[in-house]
Amino acid sequence: MSACAAASDRAPSGAALARRAGAALAVVLALVGAAQAEAPARVVSMNLCTDQLALLLADPSQIVSLSYMASDPSASAMAEEAAAYPSNRGRAEELYLLKPDLVLASTFSSPGTLSMLNRLGLHVETYPPGATMDELRQSITDMGAALGQPQRAADLLADFDAQLAALSTPPLRRPRAALYSEGSYASGARTLEGQVMQAAGFDNIATEHGLDWGGRMPLEVLVMSAPEVVITETGRPGTKRARAQAVLSHPALAHMRRADVVAHQDWICATPRVLDAIAALTQLRRQMERE
Amino acid sequence: MIPQPSLKTLPDQRALVLSLVALVVALFIASLVVGPAGIPPGRGLLALFTGQGGAEVLVMREIRLPRAILGLAIGASLGLAGAAMQGFLRNPLAEPGLIGTSAAAALGAVLAIHTGIYASFALALPLMALAGAGLSVGVILMLAGPRGNALSLILAGIAVSSLAGALTSLVLNLAPNPYAASEIVFWMMGSLADRSLLHVALALPFLALGAALIATTGRGLDALTLGEDAAASLGINLTRLRLKLVLGTAALVGASVAVAGAVGFVGLIAPHLMRRAVGARPSRLLPASALTGAAILLAADIATRVIAPERDLKLGVLTALVGAPFFLHLVRRMAREV
Repeated sequence: MSACAAASDRAPSGAALARRAGAALAVVLALVGAAQAEAPARVVSMNLCTDQLALLLADPSQIVSLSYMASDPSASAMAEEAAAYPSNRGRAEELYLLKPDLVLASTFSSPGTLSMLNRLGLHVETYPPGATMDELRQSITDMGAALGQPQRAADLLADFDAQLAALSTPPLRRPRAALYSEGSYASGARTLEGQVMQAAGFDNIATEHGLDWGGRMPLEVLVMSAPEVVITETGRPGTKRARAQAVLSHPALAHMRRADVVAHQDWICATPRVLDAIAALTQLRRQMERE
Repeated sequence: MIPQPSLKTLPDQRALVLSLVALVVALFIASLVVGPAGIPPGRGLLALFTGQGGAEVLVMREIRLPRAILGLAIGASLGLAGAAMQGFLRNPLAEPGLIGTSAAAALGAVLAIHTGIYASFALALPLMALAGAGLSVGVILMLAGPRGNALSLILAGIAVSSLAGALTSLVLNLAPNPYAASEIVFWMMGSLADRSLLHVALALPFLALGAALIATTGRGLDALTLGEDAAASLGINLTRLRLKLVLGTAALVGASVAVAGAVGFVGLIAPHLMRRAVGARPSRLLPASALTGAAILLAADIATRVIAPERDLKLGVLTALVGAPFFLHLVRRMAREV
């Protein structure tokens, strides 16, 4: 297998060789036997979330291009790191011309683009956006394998688990909270934000209204549900001048406790950065417990 | 001569207006007690008037009261604007939504929000919507003035409406706004969901100004039913009448659209429902049409909350469901008359 030859060129130590062999095995299993280069040399990511996981897992020399959003500080939690790489807009022809041997995409990337990339014979790996901590773990493991970096993935996971455990002290009580955003939208418990909120020790009032994924919650329903705190995020791009913004400055909300302690970038994608969001909300809960 | 009302009809008029007022009051109260939070009507009204009941007071005073006030005021404005336009253009198809006034007002409002002027100067929102509406009414009068036929009016309206709608979409699509799609729907279809007393304060002065201007046009519109020359010979200053009409409808439609989006067909249906009852006299049609417009919009807004309480069903969806078939009926009738 050419993969083994490539590995032995660059990995002289026995331990590393064994690790890489294991990685090759994982890749082979993951791809149901498809023959793959062990560590793809030209990786292109076309989605904000896969951009950030790639930055965490790949060797810098592997990355050829990231999506244009990765270097936009209003969307990306890793804009500085991403700024070093050329950006792409996720269109099939520009991706093809980059001659990647691995394209990282979201399962929600444009289906037309994905099928075109497949037709062009590129190797495309898709990752779900990740709504739970388990899906986040799975994505890290899967991408580590696809990038030929299983050890980095294992290290990242161990670090993530350790930090998450350190944050997860059982709450004295679980305050009822709403996660409310522009356009009267309440996020449900089955979204990443909802999972972050749950991990930080809050109960989500969207669940009381059957909004598992989230949905529109009229302002008067929010007011009558009387959550102890209305959590809003900061830094969402382009919303300052949106009409949808008006609901967040409605006088009825002024009577409720508000908390805008989580930066939009920290939980838009399932990356270990959600730890920052969990930490911020945990701090809020502890403060509420003391009051 | 202006056709004189027979003495017999006068008490009827009073009865008509009184029953319309009663209907509007009933719908206003219904609008206050209907909502997704499911507060029992008695408790809700008690909370509204006495201020006792915590969250219920907040819901009644800060959320439902502004919604009901805006429903009434905007419905009345659209009914009034429709009656005035139909009277002045002597064309039963004239309506703020159909001839592009609402779409142009929406463009003005969207520009006010997305250029950021609105953030520093709140009055910019109704003012720019008013400017948009005024501009479009001016263009329509130029292209299809009182002598123009129904066809040229509607065609000019379609052109203005499409252009304003396209420009609104363009502005929203170019803005880094993740809610562009839903906002385009709002500006095209209108909604009163989660509006506040701030919006009432923003719109009401302009609506009052517009209504006051239109109220003074009654005599002129009556005279105009006899034709321009006859009206002029009766001492009507047509230039002044036109100016009052443009400014009045611009203020009514502009301020309405600025806070509630473009709600179509109310200005078309309201005058038609009342025309026969008031003996086709524009001066009498104006108040009757305003009251009917208020009733229509309040009813439509109640319906949005009864049909799909959690969904923010757009107002314009309901008014179009009733209004569009009505419009087709009018077109058919006109075709038969020609």
